[in-house]
Amino acid sequence: MKSGLDRKDDYEKRREHLANLNDEQLKQRFWDLTDKITEPLIDMAKKYTSPSIERSVLLRMGFNSLEASKIVEILYKKDLLGHGAGNVVYKLSKKENIDYKIAGKKIIEGYPAEQLF
Amino acid sequence: MSLDPNKKLNIEEILKNLENYRAKKRGWVWRKQKPVQVLGEHTFYDHSESLKKSVPLPAAKYFDNIDPQPKPVITTEIASGRFEDDIRRMRMAAWHGADHIMVIRTTGQSHIDGLIEGTPEGIGGVPITRKQIRATRKALDLIEEEVGRPINFHSYVSGVAGPEVAVVFAEEGISGAHQDPQYNVLYRNVNMYRSFVDAAEAKKIMADANIFQIDGAHNANATAKKAWKVRPELLVQHAINSLYSVKAGMKPDNIGLSTVPPTAPPAPKLWYDLPYAVALRDLFSDYKFRAQQNTRYVESDTDEAQITHAVDTLISALTSADIQSTITPDEGRNVPWHQNNIRAVDATKQVFNALDGIKQLVKLDMDGPLGKMVRELKERAVLFLEEILDVGGYFNAVEKGYFVDSGYYPERNGDGIIREQDAGVAVNTIIERKADYFAPVCSHFGINHIPDNLSKPCDAIDGCTLCNPMKIAYIDELDPVDNVNTRIKQLVEDEKLGIIRPEVEWHGDGLVTVEMVLPVFEEAAEIAGLTIAKQMTLKDPQIIHKRVLHPAEGTMLLIKGKVDHYVKLSDIKIPEKVEHLSDEIIENYVKEHELKVVGATLGEDEHSVGLQEILDIKHGGIEKWGFKCYYLGTSVPVEKLVDAAIEVGAKAILASTIITHGDVHKLNMKKLDQVCREKGIRDKVLLIAGGTQVTNDMAVAAGMDAGFGRGTHGIDVADFIVKKLISKEK
Repeated sequence: MKSGLDRKDDYEKRREHLANLNDEQLKQRFWDLTDKITEPLIDMAKKYTSPSIERSVLLRMGFNSLEASKIVEILYKKDLLGHGAGNVVYKLSKKENIDYKIAGKKIIEGYPAEQLF
Repeated sequence: MSLDPNKKLNIEEILKNLENYRAKKRGWVWRKQKPVQVLGEHTFYDHSESLKKSVPLPAAKYFDNIDPQPKPVITTEIASGRFEDDIRRMRMAAWHGADHIMVIRTTGQSHIDGLIEGTPEGIGGVPITRKQIRATRKALDLIEEEVGRPINFHSYVSGVAGPEVAVVFAEEGISGAHQDPQYNVLYRNVNMYRSFVDAAEAKKIMADANIFQIDGAHNANATAKKAWKVRPELLVQHAINSLYSVKAGMKPDNIGLSTVPPTAPPAPKLWYDLPYAVALRDLFSDYKFRAQQNTRYVESDTDEAQITHAVDTLISALTSADIQSTITPDEGRNVPWHQNNIRAVDATKQVFNALDGIKQLVKLDMDGPLGKMVRELKERAVLFLEEILDVGGYFNAVEKGYFVDSGYYPERNGDGIIREQDAGVAVNTIIERKADYFAPVCSHFGINHIPDNLSKPCDAIDGCTLCNPMKIAYIDELDPVDNVNTRIKQLVEDEKLGIIRPEVEWHGDGLVTVEMVLPVFEEAAEIAGLTIAKQMTLKDPQIIHKRVLHPAEGTMLLIKGKVDHYVKLSDIKIPEKVEHLSDEIIENYVKEHELKVVGATLGEDEHSVGLQEILDIKHGGIEKWGFKCYYLGTSVPVEKLVDAAIEVGAKAILASTIITHGDVHKLNMKKLDQVCREKGIRDKVLLIAGGTQVTNDMAVAAGMDAGFGRGTHGIDVADFIVKKLISKEK
């Protein structure tokens, strides 16, 4: 889809407030503005997760990519990813006193993980 | 296992025991800088440590065979679709000076929500998988040892599996990667929230693994119709990704701006590309620069591409580049071929060699128009950032179509790319972390409620794969047919039988090119050329490049096609290398017999360099062993040369023949033989012909005792004369 924004080059008019800045001040302004733009983006990233992030956690726990995909798919459907997929596996291993890799397999085999919370 | 320079890389060996292989090194490595070094007779100021083994530039033979390695890391992009063929090309590229090997992904991988495993064949690139990376890294570990310089292996952390890909990269020793959430949003239509959430995690993983990041801003010049108009936006895109990366945990030192000089001749390139390069380096002084070469205006003419790329490299030298990427000159017409990766690497090395120390010789004049243009670009970028905030931030600006507009900001032409916030691939897939959110692994970004009794998150599971690589889960193959083992059967069989087939991309693909000039207008030439190619038994001939020499007089065509032809190594005779007599034996013989030779360039031929190199002591010529040489000059008639030989009592006549029109070189040789016979001295004098188009067989057929072609040195001629005279005595 195209934007339809249409504007003639009004650089000379727009730049008036920048004209008196020296190069250092202009550079500072460039980075201050970028800081303001990126702040809400990084803030969102701190608070949210995603299926890929959760699969990447399971990979780092030593699950292979097929297992990681299955577990995340199941937990996504059960709306449990907000707890962290690794956390679900970890909690189950503690509860049942089993190795966490076995806990992961149990989730794949249909363990009712929602009962952990 | 180590590599023998005289043997091919054994793919089967590489594939053995991969499940237990661990990369020898991790993270990015820069070249070892040598601010002042003397190589041969020359001093270099902007070069790095030389290689243990390499192929120097062709002209190096005139400069003590030096192979100066420029300051920046040099990139080559390789991805034929089959990683087992890529590995061989990587070895070729490393020998020419590439130490950053970038592997392009197969088409569509960025939309796959998860990892690919095994070694399936790709299209336009290879499927990036754990096995492909591990096997390639294993080969590169051997290659870097062979050439004596670390090699950075690079791929892409983008799409909807970014964090997982980043984990595999960290685990398998990838040292560089593209990561830029804006690229996903604008060019891959990945939902913008998902793209930025995933990016922070991927960047954190990359940061901890010391993986060098390259951003995606250069795609704006690759897609814009008038690439120079997007310069203000490029500054904005670089800034957003750079600062976002820092906020995710990366050090600016590990962040590279992917920057391309946006224009190409016939545009007056420097007026656009130089101020842009300077503005970028001013604003981003804390960051690194990955200078790319222009792809936007590269078409099928490889000469045109190489020259544009040489000017791109000039801009790097005039400003700065930490990494100089190379673009294969054939990128505009096909997936790059072996030889074109090498051409690009060589051409870039050649430019940097030539421009060594340029900043000591030339200064940019910031008081002239350059300074004004730099300032204007920066201001236009600041105005862009201001408007992003005015419209409510980045996501709103994308939704309104501010990016990749063809107008020179603040001009807007209404053709920017629009992405909606609640649309795109993987929309509605980000999930808010709950109050008990926990990820029991290292290199995790954002909120993580680590139990109080743990010193690091992965203590909960006795270590994650980043702390304990033994935990990495390896999958070999998932597809029983589409995998490397099936594909290499032909290669293994050919190697066993010693079969040699031509190739440009895959083992034995049979692709060859034919260049021809047809003396007709373009349309007729195309049809005629393809018909002739078929007559030459080329299969599926296609015109890959043409150049109109004149609308009526002629058209040049470059045609590719396939051949089934092959030869067996056991069926070809390789002439044995001549073992030269020792210097002492030659010197003694020459002295004892007071050997004299006469030399000249025959006929109407003004070439003099070749023969002088054979005669002159300064060039390692035969004077060195005591021969008394009488050089008569150029365009010398045969009779005059023979008379001179008689007069001085020469034992050999050295005749240089460079011009070959109408076989004049052969005619002159025959005449030389005939005149010597007429004058009754043929059995008393050795006749030796030399020249770029001369071969021994041809010269002997024309009545000479020997012929020497391109690459001949004084020792070859001295050795021949003495050996021949000794055998005559017997």
